[in-house]
Amino acid sequence: MRHDIVTVVTGSIIDDDRGIPLAQLCRVCGLPADEVMALVEEGILDPQGNRPGRWIFPAGSIRRTRTAKRLQRDLEINLAGAALALELLDRIELIQARLRGADSSLSRRR
Amino acid sequence: MQYTDYYEMLGVARDATQDEIKKAYRKLARKFHPDVSSEPGASARFKEVGEAYAVLKDPEKRAAYDQLGANWQAGQDFSPPPDWNQGWEFRGGGHGHDGGWGPGGGAETFDASQFSDFFETLFGGGGGGGFGEQQRPYRARGEDHHAKIVIDLEDAFDGASRPITLRSAEYADDGRVATRERTLNVRIPKGIRQGQQIRLAGQGGQGAGGSQPGDLYLEVEFNLHRHYRVEGADVYLDLPVAPWEAALGTKIKIPTPSGSVNLKVPKGSTQGRTLRLKKKGIPSKKSGDLYVVLQIALPPADSEKAKQAYEDMKVEFDFNPRMGMGV
Repeated sequence: MRHDIVTVVTGSIIDDDRGIPLAQLCRVCGLPADEVMALVEEGILDPQGNRPGRWIFPAGSIRRTRTAKRLQRDLEINLAGAALALELLDRIELIQARLRGADSSLSRRR
Repeated sequence: MQYTDYYEMLGVARDATQDEIKKAYRKLARKFHPDVSSEPGASARFKEVGEAYAVLKDPEKRAAYDQLGANWQAGQDFSPPPDWNQGWEFRGGGHGHDGGWGPGGGAETFDASQFSDFFETLFGGGGGGGFGEQQRPYRARGEDHHAKIVIDLEDAFDGASRPITLRSAEYADDGRVATRERTLNVRIPKGIRQGQQIRLAGQGGQGAGGSQPGDLYLEVEFNLHRHYRVEGADVYLDLPVAPWEAALGTKIKIPTPSGSVNLKVPKGSTQGRTLRLKKKGIPSKKSGDLYVVLQIALPPADSEKAKQAYEDMKVEFDFNPRMGMGV
């Protein structure tokens, strides 16, 4: 096996505060536009802008898109199922974050 | 190479129907899918389950696999029979799930070609038995690769460099597939947030026929921090304060991810009061804020003097914390 050490590469953040347009989201996620539109339709993605050509997706949309497609494919569920799973995952994440906060203040009070 | 028992992996009998196989897979996939599971080792288990399903759901692959016979034991040393690659034709790597998430500090690409050597030998995907060889157009831009990288919150404030090791299959000049391992020293830009993507232009898959290589995308995740919680660009800190500090007000030194600062605790502060330090969250054009949540800590009554102090408080304060509970 070859092993190359490559020098420093600088990364650029692609979904920063300015958000990311539809074409770029499609390219990064390797999806045709109509599949992304279906995700918007289902409420999984929530872009700003009144029509697809002007859509700007908030930071985190790439991860959300990829997770949705993974869930759909790997669990063999439809988009509505993936949307539900994502919403529940969001809630779990939020509750866990709060729980960690509560834990650390509890242990300090003890 | 070791024999892999796909039926055992899915927990089904060798004569299971396609429906039973599908049902078993779906149940295990929901249990071990890396996006939904909190079980330890879920990612590795899911990979196994996905591979087993890729073989058993496909009647051709299943028939070919069954032809190896039922006398093999999982883990037994295995090499395919000499006439193996005759009469079957398989396309692609099959199921195409993303591979496992990389461990902390490192990164792992999650492309489809991450099935076991056992799978690769039997069903191709490259190199192996000479069938299932992917058709590549003569000229094509390289594939984009995706991986995950875990950093510390502080790295988002200062920027950081991280070595990541990537393994990829590449096409050598003679058209054969070779594994290449390479270490990239990635400079992570300041201001990155959980879940955001970093693009490394030209670091993805090789292009064919002299075309452009693809890009590498890194999804960023933060390590859990001892003190801070992060929500988007905002950072939360639970700050313990003494009862007199909260009641009388004070100026105290507190940690922030970008160094310590002096914080003014207003007098009359109560448990859970949240103080906002503007622009002290993750920096960017729209910098986040740092929220300091006061947590009143009680000193222990572990000496005569301390006990006396509590006794004095009891006498001096006309304080019933349960007022309004109607008891």
